[in-house]
Amino acid sequence: MSTNSDSIGELVVTFGLMSLFAVGGANSAIPEMHRAAVEVHHWMTDKQFADVFAISQLSPGPNVLIVTLIGYSVAGIGGALAATVAMCGPTALLAYYVSRFLERSRHARWPAIVQAALVPLSIGLMAASGLILAQTSDQSWIAALITIGAAVLAFATRLNPFWMLLAGGILGFAGVV
Amino acid sequence: MPPESSPVAAPAPNAPASSPPNQPGLLELFLAFAKMSLAGFGGVLVWARRGIVEKHRWMTAEEFNETFALCHFLPGPNIVNLSVVFGARFRGIAGGFAAFAGLVGPPMLIATVLAALYAHYGDIPALRRTLAGVACAAVGLLIAVVFKMMMPLIKRRDVTGLVILVAVFAAIGLVRWPLQIVLLVAIPVSLAITILARRRAKA
Repeated sequence: MSTNSDSIGELVVTFGLMSLFAVGGANSAIPEMHRAAVEVHHWMTDKQFADVFAISQLSPGPNVLIVTLIGYSVAGIGGALAATVAMCGPTALLAYYVSRFLERSRHARWPAIVQAALVPLSIGLMAASGLILAQTSDQSWIAALITIGAAVLAFATRLNPFWMLLAGGILGFAGVV
Repeated sequence: MPPESSPVAAPAPNAPASSPPNQPGLLELFLAFAKMSLAGFGGVLVWARRGIVEKHRWMTAEEFNETFALCHFLPGPNIVNLSVVFGARFRGIAGGFAAFAGLVGPPMLIATVLAALYAHYGDIPALRRTLAGVACAAVGLLIAVVFKMMMPLIKRRDVTGLVILVAVFAAIGLVRWPLQIVLLVAIPVSLAITILARRRAKA
């Protein structure tokens, strides 16, 4: 079991550090996760990483759960738990203290200014992630149409997004994508 | 629960203008985040926005954007940060924990089960095709959230904000410049423009 606890240690160090440098969130950290899991530690192949990404999209919950899946494939249930806590814990604490600090300086004007200034940047980053992910998953024009269709439906209607994912899955299963 | 009938204490001096009337309790926070999270296929942000802004009306669209922007620029997973900040805003550290536990706990169990299934059945081609189809739709959902979050900027005719948004998108998404360098330039620029715009609005 010593190799198992070794790899759990590696998971904790890798994702603990990554969480503190992952500016822009889990989706922006995906290139970095790929580098760590495939190139540095050889935890999984390119193909497995792509699958893990799709599963993380398919499973309910925050996108950060891709880390749970990587942890599981490295060291089983212990690895899943360790990787998730390492990725979420440090920044959750940081977020708590920063928010408390902002509450206390509520009467100052600068927190509102900083937050307002960050809004367009944050949306721009998410848009970039959308483009990069679209380029990796939309390998055919039908795939691109599915993406566009889902985007339009989700924007214009209050339809449950689960149905769009289901439709994508059925089309994929049928071999259309 | 009659919200307005019994004024227990005087509200905080700046509360009426800035915070919405609904104040969730601990269990409510845990359950709300667990629900959003379990409904959140293809990312929870869609559901967090729908739950917090549209359903519970715990925040306005503008407040949600600003809180999310803050969480986006703290390192780490945004939605995890958002749960902690949001919970703590209403119920202190316990509220942060409740929201965080609701967000991460239940889906983590499901993800672990899926990972175990994938370990056994991952090589079946039909499953791989299905996953590819799901991924296409999931990207579409993300793009829709981006447009929804842009709406307040468009309604305000916030041209400078939109220009900054497009510039960041182009630098990261099209040119693929490193994130750190883009942020190092974009954050000061956006701050300076925001401060200037507010001064001009006051003058």
